[in-house]
Amino acid sequence: MKVSPLRLAGRVLAWTVYVALGAGIVWGLIALTRMYGPVYFVQAVVDGLKLGFVYALIALGYTMVYGIVRLINFAHGDVFMVGAFTSYFAITKYGWGFVPAILFAMLICTLLNVVIERVAYKPLRQAPRIAALITAIGVSFFLEYFTALKFVFSADYLTYQRPFEVVVWNIKGVLVTNITVIIIIVTTLLMVLLQYVVNRTKMGKAMRATALDKNAARLMGINVDAIISLTFAVGAALAGAAGVLYAIAFPQIWTFMGIMPGLKAFIAAVLGGIGNIPGAFIGSLLMGEIDVLVVSFVPLGSRLRDLFAFLVLIIVFLVKPTGIMGEAQVEKV
Amino acid sequence: MPHAQARKLHLPTWATTLFVAVVVYLGVWYAGKQGWLSAYWYQVVEIAAFTAISALGLNLIYGFNGQFSLGHIGFYAIGAYASALVTKDYLVSWSGSQAGGLSWIIAGLIGVLIVLFLTRLLRVGALNKRIVANLSIDLKKHEARTLAALVTLLMVAVVLAAGAACAWVLQRGLSIVLSALMAAISPAVARHVVLTIALLAGASVAALVAYLIGLPLLRLGSDYFGIATLGFAVMVYTALQSSDLVIPTMKGARGMVGIPTWTTWGWAFGTLCVVVIIMRNLLYSSHGRAVISVREDEVAARMMGIDIAQSKAVAFAFGGFFAGLAGGLYAHLFGFLHPSTFNVVKGFDPLIIIVLGGLGSMTGTILASVMFALLIEGLRVLLPQGFEDWRFVVYPIFLLLIMLLRKQGLLGRTEWGWMRASMPAERDIPVPELPALNSAAGEHKEA
Repeated sequence: MKVSPLRLAGRVLAWTVYVALGAGIVWGLIALTRMYGPVYFVQAVVDGLKLGFVYALIALGYTMVYGIVRLINFAHGDVFMVGAFTSYFAITKYGWGFVPAILFAMLICTLLNVVIERVAYKPLRQAPRIAALITAIGVSFFLEYFTALKFVFSADYLTYQRPFEVVVWNIKGVLVTNITVIIIIVTTLLMVLLQYVVNRTKMGKAMRATALDKNAARLMGINVDAIISLTFAVGAALAGAAGVLYAIAFPQIWTFMGIMPGLKAFIAAVLGGIGNIPGAFIGSLLMGEIDVLVVSFVPLGSRLRDLFAFLVLIIVFLVKPTGIMGEAQVEKV
Repeated sequence: MPHAQARKLHLPTWATTLFVAVVVYLGVWYAGKQGWLSAYWYQVVEIAAFTAISALGLNLIYGFNGQFSLGHIGFYAIGAYASALVTKDYLVSWSGSQAGGLSWIIAGLIGVLIVLFLTRLLRVGALNKRIVANLSIDLKKHEARTLAALVTLLMVAVVLAAGAACAWVLQRGLSIVLSALMAAISPAVARHVVLTIALLAGASVAALVAYLIGLPLLRLGSDYFGIATLGFAVMVYTALQSSDLVIPTMKGARGMVGIPTWTTWGWAFGTLCVVVIIMRNLLYSSHGRAVISVREDEVAARMMGIDIAQSKAVAFAFGGFFAGLAGGLYAHLFGFLHPSTFNVVKGFDPLIIIVLGGLGSMTGTILASVMFALLIEGLRVLLPQGFEDWRFVVYPIFLLLIMLLRKQGLLGRTEWGWMRASMPAERDIPVPELPALNSAAGEHKEA
């Protein structure tokens, strides 16, 4: 085969680019390791996991609700906050242990979200979706400011007492606390349970059918309204658990604590492909890692972390508009 | 007008609308002068006016063009800070000369426009594809792609450098000329001239940013676009908190002070009137019809030969422009800017207003803005002593009730007076259901 000069030049140039890129990445990694050491990096990744697993629990609620009613439930972050406060009172005032406290928080959040759904979203099921979005914002305001009243939770920062002693293990310089382990275990348990319910039970099948096509589901004898309420209930239970775990990891709570984690978790759900449960999990881990890595390695990271989180979201959007695991929507004419 | 009423004397719609506008303007002005409106309530009315401007901008984006945006507050913030930089420069010369900030803004705007122009001229957008197509004959696909990316990157760098160089040179020149002009303005009219320039500069920056982020992001589906713009708002908010690293006088998270308090009722109301005129005339032009047709059905609009991407980006830029204007008025009302004023939760306000007033109704938006400002501030006064904390508990309950009782908003899509002048009596046409957010996919089945 005759080798044309253009082809040769092109190949050489292309491979020069590859080599340069590779060398740049290797050099950058070496420089970073020299500067901080591998322990610092692994520590950041472990801390990121802790945050990511909490985000995952919140994101699941967002993604399930969106998948089924196409509503961005802005009140979800505030249900998360209520979970944290419920467990605070259970632990501090009544001296409950970790397991009863988290179960209690999940129960209260479930009840709360079912009531919210009945009052604020159900009457608007036939209305344009923006109406439900506005009531979701309204419910969010209501929860934040009502709980900030003096006789409810008060608007002060409260210090959360952990229901167990913190144990720190030093694994070759990387500090791992039992908080991280507990967060990972609880989240994994709930995730597995959720996956089982959604994929293996009749209830889950009804949920998936409702998400796919409400009218067809109704024709199949599925009680769509009940399924929607159930989805809100499941999402709220997960958010309640997340509230407890978040408060244990970052033990300072106040009634506006739900806004930013809620937003981040929502973004994580979108990043993974909204409506997709494994996607929400992957997106959340990614979001947690981005948060911590930016704070650890980027100059001014602690001030600019939100900026980077959303920058990643927008870049992912531009490359793959439906998120990492999202399926492409086919436009119907 | 139906025939039965045809005999009744009726004024042209512009006359009635002008009459109402003049009455409102003079009424508020007189009430303020006589002391019937306390200084506090006078300010509330001013707030209502520029809230309406910002909300009109969002209504253009969401109500008329159907693009669900949650990032309106970002443009508001950009307009506020940019215009504040200009007027503060006039007062205290923070940049070293009286027009340093202004010359940077103008030079930057022109620099970006030059970059846009060169991108069009050199067809950088299509460059990648063209190179790949040409090289794929001789090279492997990945090699061709790499080379194309390399050339495109180089090209983009050259274009950006050209734009930056132009802006740099321009800034030097503009700084001298504008400083001389600024110094020549007589102090008596200075506040009006400088405020006009500042508002236009701030709004232009907001519009250009909107155009630039709109072009790539508007391709996303409606909900995804909303989330991306939400991200934009958070990014603006975060950047503002660290703004003192770039421009020390913006003071970052400590809040910018020393902005002249030049916004008066006349300024706020006058700007609102100008915005209404621009928006109404835009909507009833062929460009505006294109904007509305995109909301109704994108595919059909494309079939009619409408450049969808351009139409969306232009509507988005106009919306950003109005938000920037409103932000500038806000900055010069209180003379103090803090990033927390522009957080995401505050960003829901214009969205709430346009939904309450009716998506796709300018009249409704203005009415709802007034009601919104009066409700939020009025609750401060109406609630009994010791119940001030209940303000934001009562407000969402109102919100819920209105939404539950009137799903299409106060006015739906109806307009009043001059705003509906050249429409074929819209109230005779059955109002179609408001567009669902994601009407393109999935929702058709439920309809």
